[in-house]
Amino acid sequence: MIGAKMRTERLSAWYGTKAAIKEISINFEEHMVTSIIGPSGCGKSTLIRCMNRLHEVVPKARAEGKVLLDGEDVYELDAVSVRRRVGMVFQKANPFPTMSVYDNVAAGLRLNGMRDRKKLDEAVYRSLKQAALWDEVKDSLDAPGVSLSGGQQQRLCIARALAVQPEVLLMDEPCSALDPIATAKIEDLVFDLKKEYTVVIVTHNMQQAARVADYTAFLYLGKLIEYNVTRELFERPAEELTEKYITGRFG
Amino acid sequence: MKLPFALPKLKFNRNMRRRLTDRAMSLAALMCVVIALVPLGSILFEALVRGAGALRPTVFTLDTRDGGIGNAIQGTLILISLTSLVSLPVGILTGIYLSEFGKGRLGGGIRFFVDVMTQIPSIVVGIFAYSLILALAVLGVVSPRLAFSTTSGIIALSTIMIPVVARTAEEALRLVPNSTRESALALGIPEHRTILRVVLPTGGSGLITGALLALARVAGETAPLLLTAFGSGFGFQGLNQPIESLPHTIYTFALDSSTGLNQTAWGASLILVLIMLLISIASRVASRPRFASR
Repeated sequence: MIGAKMRTERLSAWYGTKAAIKEISINFEEHMVTSIIGPSGCGKSTLIRCMNRLHEVVPKARAEGKVLLDGEDVYELDAVSVRRRVGMVFQKANPFPTMSVYDNVAAGLRLNGMRDRKKLDEAVYRSLKQAALWDEVKDSLDAPGVSLSGGQQQRLCIARALAVQPEVLLMDEPCSALDPIATAKIEDLVFDLKKEYTVVIVTHNMQQAARVADYTAFLYLGKLIEYNVTRELFERPAEELTEKYITGRFG
Repeated sequence: MKLPFALPKLKFNRNMRRRLTDRAMSLAALMCVVIALVPLGSILFEALVRGAGALRPTVFTLDTRDGGIGNAIQGTLILISLTSLVSLPVGILTGIYLSEFGKGRLGGGIRFFVDVMTQIPSIVVGIFAYSLILALAVLGVVSPRLAFSTTSGIIALSTIMIPVVARTAEEALRLVPNSTRESALALGIPEHRTILRVVLPTGGSGLITGALLALARVAGETAPLLLTAFGSGFGFQGLNQPIESLPHTIYTFALDSSTGLNQTAWGASLILVLIMLLISIASRVASRPRFASR
């Protein structure tokens, strides 16, 4: 498929000698939400951590194969510039503990050298607005980021990732620590975000995948079992393994 | 309430025995606390009672040759500030290396080496600094008289302080969660800036606490100073001259046959304890987290 924003080609990754993913080739369409589902330990997180080259910061971790961003192999680009274009939101909300709400959102720009206060103000406003958090924090921008509620902290982390204006947003189980109301807010947000970004979301929750994703990939034991339009994958799975997993008859 | 099944009959009252054991153990623990606190309390008490009497205003203005401790306080402050100036950057940078990069064999080796350094008896450190200067003097690099000087004192104290700062800095930075590092890297912030601007501030209070406690430790060192800074009856006279310090004053005055100087030694002890106390309080204040997290 041409027109994919990101693409992996026979991507394998290891932690030491243990293979986490094996020869995965998959496309991530531009302005679409692709969800990655599969049981714990199947390599979902490893796959997306290879896509922004965060996999390699773990000691003894390595990867083989290609990850293409607009046709360029990210492993031939500078890791820092790749991470600026491919943002990430983590499973557990992790605002910088010493920074205020404002400073958290501005961190990516500031620590890359932006000083202009007016531009920073604009970026913080835009990002918080996009992350659907502005109305809740506009009067407490100087409050510590960690003083927000769990769901707000996660949206703060999304705002922080959006502030550097990435092209792709990787989300690693962003709702797994949140209650249903906060989860619904994030899901609405993902729906809006795909207008501007290409979104990849790892999730344990199959209903969530069905709700937010245009495409879904099913991983099992480090291998890509099936990849299809979400509706097709859930309604007419081609593989028996996929069917077993999505219907909860596993093992 | 009636249970739907019969409990087995006990030969003795188990609850009673548990309660007695609990009492006995709590009492034993309390006794141990008291035993541990007795020497501490008595030191503080003696230093306060005997020292406070000795601390007339003239004690602070006179130098040790005239029976005062003015130059000793000055000397201790000079020694610990200059030692910090040397040790804090070196120690903290070593700590950063150990925590952020020292994952391989080299890191392990350095960590072990630093650990050993923290255990070296301070008198041995004194001999090291002393013989280092003499070895340099033999080569003609420095004057042999530098062996007894502020400079050699700083070398000795830094040798003690650097490994302590390095280890506490490493521990403080290791407490910074990896997720904080990863989220900074994921924003496209280069690694060096992630460490300097995100990891260091996050571990900041721990860093300061460690630095202050290391400072308190060297402020009280006597043994290495006997062989290096040596002691002096006068105030600070230059980096290449001997310098007085509170521990040294306490040592010489306590050994003196004059009761007046013995009492002044108590006064100097009280001042030294107060300096330590101040440093400890400062480290407590520093270790309070800036933002309380939920």
